[in-house]
Amino acid sequence: MDDILLTIVSVAGATIRVATPLVFAALAGLYAERSGVVDIGLEGKMLAAAFAAAAAAHVTGSPWVGLLAGIAASTLFALVHAYACITKAGNQVVSGMAINILVAGLAPTLAIAWFGLGGNTPSLASGARFQAIRLPFVDLLAPVPIIGPIYAQVISGHNILVYIAAALVPLTGWVLFRTRFGLRLRAVGENPSAVDTAGVSVVALRYRAMIICGVLCGVAGAYLSTAHGAAFVKDMTAGKGFLALAALIFGRWLPWPALFACLLFALTDAMQVRLQGTPIPGIGVIPVQFIQMLPYVLTVLLLAGFVGKAIAPKASGIPYVKER
Amino acid sequence: MATLDGFGRPADVPWWVGLVLLPLLNLLAAFVIAGGVIWVLGVDPVAALKVLVWGAFGDTDLIGFTLYYTTNFIFAGLAVAIAFHCGLFNIGGEGQAYIAGLGVGLVGLAMGGWPWPVVMAVAVISAALFGGIWALVPAWLQAYRGSHIVITTIMFNFIAASIMNYVMVDVLIAPGQQAPESRAFDPSTHLPSLQDLLALFGIRSRTSFLNVSFLLAVACCVAFWVFVWHTRWGYGIRTVGQNERAAVYAGIRPGHMIMLAMVISGALAGLVAVNVLLGAQHRIILNYTGGVGFVGIAVALMGRNHPLGIFLSALLFGALYQGGSELNFEFPKLSTEMVVVIQGLIILFAGALENLFRPQVEALFRRRLRAAA
Repeated sequence: MDDILLTIVSVAGATIRVATPLVFAALAGLYAERSGVVDIGLEGKMLAAAFAAAAAAHVTGSPWVGLLAGIAASTLFALVHAYACITKAGNQVVSGMAINILVAGLAPTLAIAWFGLGGNTPSLASGARFQAIRLPFVDLLAPVPIIGPIYAQVISGHNILVYIAAALVPLTGWVLFRTRFGLRLRAVGENPSAVDTAGVSVVALRYRAMIICGVLCGVAGAYLSTAHGAAFVKDMTAGKGFLALAALIFGRWLPWPALFACLLFALTDAMQVRLQGTPIPGIGVIPVQFIQMLPYVLTVLLLAGFVGKAIAPKASGIPYVKER
Repeated sequence: MATLDGFGRPADVPWWVGLVLLPLLNLLAAFVIAGGVIWVLGVDPVAALKVLVWGAFGDTDLIGFTLYYTTNFIFAGLAVAIAFHCGLFNIGGEGQAYIAGLGVGLVGLAMGGWPWPVVMAVAVISAALFGGIWALVPAWLQAYRGSHIVITTIMFNFIAASIMNYVMVDVLIAPGQQAPESRAFDPSTHLPSLQDLLALFGIRSRTSFLNVSFLLAVACCVAFWVFVWHTRWGYGIRTVGQNERAAVYAGIRPGHMIMLAMVISGALAGLVAVNVLLGAQHRIILNYTGGVGFVGIAVALMGRNHPLGIFLSALLFGALYQGGSELNFEFPKLSTEMVVVIQGLIILFAGALENLFRPQVEALFRRRLRAAA
């Protein structure tokens, strides 16, 4: 009994830690796509932030300076994307792809030139990383069966960024559906000319959405290299930006469902570590690769309307050109 | 003859402004920024460029490697271009080429002892089938289920990677080996290298990976031109790409054309596997594609989706990849990843920012034309 509880608790804790960067990136994508800008460059922006955060944290010894550097790097690329897509009415998919590839080359190039460690940054000292926080009452609740271990390992014991991610989900829901900015943001992603006719600047709204997108991707990247990990490693995002994109679609461009999609995808990741080589009764050993591909298969099925239906914001992907 | 712009109206700037001058300006911008990065790293950009050019064209074996990469990029570029002509963005070239590697690999493993022309013919068909079918599913989903092809092909890249990972690590791995590689193909199946063919004409060159697949790639360029601009299907694909509703009124079924374009796209991407696995590596290797599908996007954008442009930009990228691998020997501070930076910048400037200089340049020409009139 205790064994099962311990396993569940540790898998749940791991799931939350893996889900955190996905949540940041998925919410980043949510702001961008709700405003009508398709962003497949989440991956590249995260990678840029992961490198900048690790490099700055290594030099200054402060994770907060690292976080700021990560946000700055990510936002810079978000603005490049915004300039290409909004101001120059360029192809949004091409621009996102360009940023992914550019960063995949630039981060290891700079890392090799500055640190000479084969594309990685030096390992961060513990003071330069975000540390786990012990919430109050852990010791008090420890003797309580079931609740004690759950509180200690699932709810307590994460770093500050995890809690920020958790708070961002209701915040995004509130911003999107309860504020003027959110209303306009959703409108500009569905029908930009209506927003324009109402006298609100489409360009300014979309730029603001892209800056939010850049900041959130920056936190996601900083989390990878200065909270979850302890250094920048070449290609450390390893498709997480695309996984977040899938979670966003799987969550039908809504904050709470996107959170659950992130948790579901993170759970498959936590499970695959557990299930490696362990036979499941009645099925046998499932190769890990098939568990790995599950999020992508689910997203394809969802998009095709085989499980539920996902409808993207109507104007996303289409540059807005004022009629002259 | 008055030149026409994209919509059939008489253009007020010469045709070569859009097709030659602007792409070259965008390319120049990408190289200037790349040079800036190199300069920031403390290396002289001009010296780096010299090493790059020498590394790509300095000797017959270096030229051979350049053309070997060019072969890959021609296939990948044509694959992206045929989809573009149908208004589709195939980001899945990487996955299609990877899955096609399984098709080529199975042929290479099974047909030991057969003469190479037979093996090559079967491998080409197998690669085209594997790659084509891998592209057909997203195409069908786009045409009849309304899924966006960009997202589906991205997802299919990851699914392909997982499948191949399983196949390589758990099934096809050579017995008693640690690295996830299949056993080597029988030497009879190896495609002749181009230096063997050149030797027949008395031309001597040094060893490289360059093989007969290069000739296949050139043939594909010609076939692409004939197909897209001189056949009924090519017309259908271009019409759907320009205006799906107009295509319906012209009696063309958009769904069919979308599937046709994507199958051809996947098949072309699959031919990368023939060049790499049958022509050079002679075994299946984990992650053998190494991003070639994404280079194809840059090649198609630079080449303006025309086979001649694609050939030239594939050559440019082939030179970048081969020459770039020499950079690290000369300048320890410059890693081979610098080539990926240049590739990203080219996609950014030639693709997403293609209109960056257009207003200014066109205004300049209009002013001159008006002054002349």
